[in-house]
Amino acid sequence: MNLPWGPGGEFARREAAMSISGLLWQLLAIVLALALAPLLTGWVNQCRAWLQNRSAPPLLQPYYMLHKLFLKDVVLAHGASPLFRFAPFAVFGCMLLACAIIPTLSTDLPLAPTADTIALVGVLGLARIFISLAAMDVGTSFGTLGGRREMLIGFLAEPALLMVIFTTALISQSTSVATIVETLAHRDFIIYPSLAFAGIAFTFVSFAENARVPVDNPATHLELTMIHEAMILEYSGRHLALIEWAASLKLYAYSCLGLALFFPWGIAAGSSVLGLLMAIPVLLVKLVIGGFLLAGIETINAKVRIFRAPEFLGTAFLLAVLGLLVRLMLETRV
Amino acid sequence: MTMRFHAEPIEFTRQPGLGAPVWAARAADGDDLMRFAVSVHRHEGRLAALWGEDRRQRGEGFRLHCVFALDEGHLWLDLDLPAENPVYPDLAGIFPAANRMQRATRDLVGIAFEGGSGGGDARPWLRHGAWPADWHPLRHDAGEGGGFPNDPSDYDFVQVGGEGAHEIPVGPIHAGIIEPGHFRFSVIGERVLRLEQRLGYQHKGVEKLFIGGSIADGARLAGRISGDSTCAYAWAYAAAVEAACGVNPPPRALMLRALMLERERVANHLGDLGALGNDAALAFGFSQFMRLKEDWLRVNGALFGHRFMMDRIVPGGTASDLEAPALRAIVDQCDAIGREVKDLRKIYDEHAGLQDRFQTTGTIHADLARELSLTGVAARATGLILDGRAHRQGYTPPPPYAALGVRPATDERGDVAARAAVRFAEIFESLRLLQEIAVGLPDSELCIEFAPVADAHGLGVIEGWRGEVLVGVALDGAGRLARVHPHDPSWQAWPALEHAVMKDIVPDFPLINKSFNLSYSGHDL
Repeated sequence: MNLPWGPGGEFARREAAMSISGLLWQLLAIVLALALAPLLTGWVNQCRAWLQNRSAPPLLQPYYMLHKLFLKDVVLAHGASPLFRFAPFAVFGCMLLACAIIPTLSTDLPLAPTADTIALVGVLGLARIFISLAAMDVGTSFGTLGGRREMLIGFLAEPALLMVIFTTALISQSTSVATIVETLAHRDFIIYPSLAFAGIAFTFVSFAENARVPVDNPATHLELTMIHEAMILEYSGRHLALIEWAASLKLYAYSCLGLALFFPWGIAAGSSVLGLLMAIPVLLVKLVIGGFLLAGIETINAKVRIFRAPEFLGTAFLLAVLGLLVRLMLETRV
Repeated sequence: MTMRFHAEPIEFTRQPGLGAPVWAARAADGDDLMRFAVSVHRHEGRLAALWGEDRRQRGEGFRLHCVFALDEGHLWLDLDLPAENPVYPDLAGIFPAANRMQRATRDLVGIAFEGGSGGGDARPWLRHGAWPADWHPLRHDAGEGGGFPNDPSDYDFVQVGGEGAHEIPVGPIHAGIIEPGHFRFSVIGERVLRLEQRLGYQHKGVEKLFIGGSIADGARLAGRISGDSTCAYAWAYAAAVEAACGVNPPPRALMLRALMLERERVANHLGDLGALGNDAALAFGFSQFMRLKEDWLRVNGALFGHRFMMDRIVPGGTASDLEAPALRAIVDQCDAIGREVKDLRKIYDEHAGLQDRFQTTGTIHADLARELSLTGVAARATGLILDGRAHRQGYTPPPPYAALGVRPATDERGDVAARAAVRFAEIFESLRLLQEIAVGLPDSELCIEFAPVADAHGLGVIEGWRGEVLVGVALDGAGRLARVHPHDPSWQAWPALEHAVMKDIVPDFPLINKSFNLSYSGHDL
């Protein structure tokens, strides 16, 4: 058991990480997240266009969008309360924190021990609460509609996500993201059948949480079918820019979490410069492949009826529980 | 030639010409009209159109025009109303489709309906407060209008009560770039209890623009009522004028008109099938069908000089001809597009996710379709064999369709999947017709000149891609247009959409709406 206070445990790690170089690398990871997230969205959009036989928008289109939105004035609804104005910052902050505590480059990051995986799910949940409340705040029917649907998706997706995380936590005997990833990445190569179940479940949850096609359609203009888009219809200017950026960060965070849990090879163990420098191209390659697969799945699927979304997420939950059971029954050594 | 229907006393006279069979007569009084309407309804007929005409400048009063449809053809029944206090019995209790047409007639011409069994809906329909209730734009003494204070009035939507029931107002401004219309949903959670539409945001006074124009002016305007149905409207208008003036267009022109109408049908069905895929988030289908539609429209542009073939059908014939190479190009393109659509139909049929969205969504049954006087794709998707181009018991289609032997496409499910299936089947049938027409185009002149006949009137009926398009034309003493009423099939289909969405869920509405794809412009006039 990896106790937090034992040698090599959380507290020891935290002390070691509080070095200047550790802080620098943490900063690099955050900057990288901010910069790469819109690029990932742009890449996915480009792949979608190619797969659908359309000419693709430029790879940098999301940056142009953000630039345009930051320059625009904010138009506020008459009934908007301070909550409505605060929500974009809260959501953006939550997503940035999530990106900071998910090991993207190294498992040895100063912020990594601040929140374990359960707290990570909580941070993502907090963002959901804020955006749903903000959607209902101005009192338009679409905002309420979207907020309601988002909570439906959320309350089904969160347990499935937790189950996935418990499976990985059982393997590494810790709920700390860094420890889990380190255990999975740097131990002898072992095939865990439980991780296969958990991986599929995580993919399902990621699609639902990021408003991707089988559950939601990020490209739709039909206000009555929207989930995520319906919630942000009333936002404009820099508020909208922050929300769009946060959505990109969310996709990036989920991608990195999935890659770190199920394809952790290449993530540096310590703060060695060479290891970290190697980790960046590896991450890029993984994101490029992941983004293409995401676009592929989105292209061949139609959106499910909204009342099929519980079935979709129910399947995810079932697979996650199966992964947990497989771990407990087959993989635990006596 | 005269005829009586269902042993009713009213004697009808057959309208001359080559157009769809139309029988015209005049009712003696309101009771006569009511009796006949009841009889039509009992024999599973439908109400095809209803409009009013101001004839006071000729020393008469007002005239109400009703067009009923039976298997034998269309029955055009007039009713003369006095100049002072023109009132006729409410037909909405017999034909629910009459409700909006009667209200529009009251708004525009100022002839009222009361009594009857329709309950007398007092709300305006096309009048949104841009002009006062006592001013009627289609009266000859109305003047140009304008200068009225814009006074948007509250519209009395039907309220649904009960615990948890609330309303979702949608439009007229939408998130996407589409035509304006307001939809008021009463829902519990996601379940739709009731939908009520409010239309008329695109009212632009088309009927008033017709008045006083020459026949050629009218032809141009008729082609611009609804851009997606320009051929259907142009042909219906031409057929009405030709019937009024006793002119028979030459055979080559009739075949070319059919060719254009079928090309219009294919173009719109291709677009709709793509849009149906897109609304279910299958963007692949959208881009494929849009590519095919674009290829199709480019050939239109190359052959006719206009991508939508506007102004190519004119009273007396057609304005453009096709040479042998053009006909060969059409045959080749039909082959190529047919192969691709066959592949795409396979993809649509076998896509589990898409079929799950399509099937059992937005269902209407044949009984309801008949009750609402529904026509076109939506009616055929409930199993009704209702196609003005095809033979059926007691009905012979007008030339050139009589000789082409059109096989109507039907499907009995009545849901979105059925409407998609009917569109696929109609594309294949239209491609076959196009090839048949292109191969067997008869030789004759294209267009015959004719002089307008004073005080004549005629009705044209054409099976457009959306459904039955009617145009009624009346000429004045100088042979100019006294009154033209274009009628879009959407008048009957919009209320059917209200029924189709009931008991479905809110996020399925866009898909159901798209499967009907109704016209705002053609309806709002």
